[in-house]
Amino acid sequence: MRRSSTRKTGSALPVNPSSGSSDAYRSASSKAVSKEVERIDNLFYAYADASSGLIDPEGIESFCSDLEVDYTDVRILMLAWKMKAEKQGYFTLEEWRRGLKALHADTISKLKKSLSELEKEVARPTNFSDFYSYSFRYCLTEDKQKCIDIESACELLDLVLGFQFRPQVDKLVEYLKHQRDYKVINMDQWTSFLRFCNEINFLSLDNYDAELAWPLILDNFVEWIREKQS
Amino acid sequence: MGKIVDLEEGLELVQKGITKLTNILEGRAEPSFITDECMMLYTTIFNIASRNHPQDHSQLLYDKYRELLEDYLTSEALPALSEKHDEVMLLELVHRWKNYKVMVRWLTHFFFYINRYYIPRRSLTPLAEVGLNCFRQLVYQVLKDKVRDAVISLINRERDGEQVDKTLLKNVLNIFVEIGSGKTHYYETDFEAHMLRETSTYYSQKASIWIVEDSCPDYMFKAEECLKREKDRALHYLHEISEPKLLQKVEDELLSPYTNQLLENETSGCHVLIRDNKVDDLSRMCRLFCKIASGMNLISEIIKQQVTAELTVLMKQAEDAASNKKPEKKDEIGLQELVLVRSVIELNAKYLAFSNDCFQNNSPLRKPLKQIFEVFCNKGFSGNSCVELLATFCDHTLKKGATKNSSEAVEETIEKTKDSSYGDITSLSQTVKLLAYVNDIDLFAEIHRQKLARRLLFNRSAHDDYERSMLKKLKQQFGWQVTWKMEGMVTDMTLAREIQSSFEEYLKSNRQENPGTDLSVTVLTTRFWPGYKSHDLNLPSELIKCVQAFKIFYETTYRRKLTWLYSLGSCIINAKFGERTIELIVTTHQAAVLMLFNSADRLGYSEIKSQLAMTDDEVTRLLHSLSCARYKILNKEPNSQSISRTDYFEFNSEFTEAMKRIKIPPPPVDERNKVIQDVDKGREYAIDAAIVRIMKNRKVIVYQQLVGECMEHLNHVFKPDIKAIKKRIEALITREYLERDQKNPSIFRYLA
Repeated sequence: MRRSSTRKTGSALPVNPSSGSSDAYRSASSKAVSKEVERIDNLFYAYADASSGLIDPEGIESFCSDLEVDYTDVRILMLAWKMKAEKQGYFTLEEWRRGLKALHADTISKLKKSLSELEKEVARPTNFSDFYSYSFRYCLTEDKQKCIDIESACELLDLVLGFQFRPQVDKLVEYLKHQRDYKVINMDQWTSFLRFCNEINFLSLDNYDAELAWPLILDNFVEWIREKQS
Repeated sequence: MGKIVDLEEGLELVQKGITKLTNILEGRAEPSFITDECMMLYTTIFNIASRNHPQDHSQLLYDKYRELLEDYLTSEALPALSEKHDEVMLLELVHRWKNYKVMVRWLTHFFFYINRYYIPRRSLTPLAEVGLNCFRQLVYQVLKDKVRDAVISLINRERDGEQVDKTLLKNVLNIFVEIGSGKTHYYETDFEAHMLRETSTYYSQKASIWIVEDSCPDYMFKAEECLKREKDRALHYLHEISEPKLLQKVEDELLSPYTNQLLENETSGCHVLIRDNKVDDLSRMCRLFCKIASGMNLISEIIKQQVTAELTVLMKQAEDAASNKKPEKKDEIGLQELVLVRSVIELNAKYLAFSNDCFQNNSPLRKPLKQIFEVFCNKGFSGNSCVELLATFCDHTLKKGATKNSSEAVEETIEKTKDSSYGDITSLSQTVKLLAYVNDIDLFAEIHRQKLARRLLFNRSAHDDYERSMLKKLKQQFGWQVTWKMEGMVTDMTLAREIQSSFEEYLKSNRQENPGTDLSVTVLTTRFWPGYKSHDLNLPSELIKCVQAFKIFYETTYRRKLTWLYSLGSCIINAKFGERTIELIVTTHQAAVLMLFNSADRLGYSEIKSQLAMTDDEVTRLLHSLSCARYKILNKEPNSQSISRTDYFEFNSEFTEAMKRIKIPPPPVDERNKVIQDVDKGREYAIDAAIVRIMKNRKVIVYQQLVGECMEHLNHVFKPDIKAIKKRIEALITREYLERDQKNPSIFRYLA
């Protein structure tokens, strides 16, 4: 996950949690639960920047090193997904709570252990397409940004799809870097990449029909592969 | 009150009455019936048949009726008929039938009483029908074959040219119908079937003679005549149901078996008729063979081949001529290409005319002609696309005659002979007809627009009216999207002239504003005209004054921002070469270069470039046009044919030229790439607009349908590439005009 260096101030989400969610927990009150919340919050404040009240890229970096996971690792992205984090490079308290609670992890070690479960959870088809779309949106760092540049798209593809669809990703990345027609990728194209990987036989491509509504970039990709094969 | 009449007596009275009637009918001396006599006969029957009578003799009377008729026929009619033959017999038959009908009518009157009560009560055959049956059994069945043969023989004699009694034939054939109580059953079986067979035999013989002796047009003429005569025959004396069958037989014998032989005849067949422009014969051919499918196909094929052959010849001629071109002129569109275009336009017009004359609507030629000309119109010829050729052709047609002396009268140049290399104005309609086959009409329009701009701005258009006429025809054919900008351009010229007049008026009343040089400005509405680069040029001071003067005038009166396009301007410069002054007509840019030499004798390339603030490319081309081309106004050091950055230039005071005014050819401009760029951009907008319009309308649509409708919307202007459409869909998704459906990726939804 790339660290975002351009964002200086985000529209900061409230530092104080809405009282609603904490009430829900308090009403189901058991000492253990409220203890968990406390520990989660403490963990948050351990990494958060005091003035902004958010975990910023620096904080994330140290969080990752404690977790013994590289900050570019896909599992961090998965964590962000679980948290439903909105801005790349930042976690708010609410997001933090959301994620850690869902994972039942209130310490670093528990968090470490939960990561493999998280991976399995993400891999489930229904979750995976949601995660996949999320990862694109997560990269839209500017206001009103709709597309991500080719370089970033390639990295993201590798990160997110590389494990499941290695041959497709390699070929696609090669193509994207080679072609000159597109400088950016939009959400529609991004979504279609996953659909392509799921539906189309690779490397034969025998069931790909350019007459259908596939985005043009994939038509060109398929044509490129076929030309190379002949 | 009826008296009781004795049966014997009554019958005797009736018999007497019949005899009297017979005599009258046979023309024997017999006084006519008087009313009393008729009444008496009626009453007699009445009395015998009425219920008042102790014995009911109705059945007897019924039988008697028939008996009387049979007697009449056997004693009078049959003998008279059997001794006669042929036409005489036919006459007799008609006579007999006529009389018989009278007889039946009278008898029916007399026997009326039983017809009215007895017969219906017993569901017996009515009297009139009984009468008919008698005749049919006793006379018709016996004589029908003889009659038939006699009629057919008369028909054949008429076919061979004799005059026959048509009324007689009509009357005889009517009998065949009447005998069936108005139904045509007997007519068809006993007469028509044989007549048709005879007709086939007759025409089969004729055909076998004619096909050997006659040329195709002559044969067709005879065939058409035969059909006409048979139709008349059917009209005059045959029953109406015979007409189609009769004509079919004629066609089956005269045309169907000989279709190929006639159409493909070497010396007089279809392709010869086309070649020799025999419209009448061709029309006849189409009329005759229109119902014969194989015939129409063959005609289409032959015409197709003919057109293709002629087109190939034209193209070969042009190619041969083109191969003789000088190498440096290889890619230019020259005389031979224009001649080719003109010939193809005329070829298309000729065959369209054929098609309309011979076939009218639904011509089977329309599709094949379209195919052939479409191929020509959408490919290239010796390095140029057909679209360019056509646009250049139009340019030449609409230009004044190209001469060195630009003061030539417009009228003279319009009178172009057919032999001249240029088209004439009347060929514009034909040109547009050929353009209908072009797929990328927007490309043509764009090139046409570029050339129109040059014609208008450099005053080379033959006449505004011709320009408008051409635009009108294009609009009718392709729609307003293709022509609205060009119409704006033509209007602009009129307005520009008005503004110029005002400017001149203004200068007269404000002498202090006069810049000292005659200035003519053409003000254009930007969005109508092709995009011209307008970059600031360092003008000589004289010209700066001019520009200022006009700016002041314009901005006070019209209050609009002006962007100056010096690249389109021209200047007339008085150049003094020694003692002689020659007027040079140059472009503004060329003038700017030359004026530099008013203040310097010798200038290097880089000095010229920096003083004018132009790009290398422009400077090179300009200097080339002034020092290495036809008129060397500047001397170049070194004296090579190409410009390099180390060259030096001097004013060539030794320059001589007989004319007092010469035009220095401007540096050539290649607008081709720009045209293609503009067209591509235009297409992107058009596709976007079409997609948005469709989506707004449909709200939700399947991908294939979107593409299909898009193509329909745009087809009359250009054939959109499916990839281009996909690309625009992508762009519109990014701009959030539409989105793909989450569940079904083939469906798109409009985002308001």
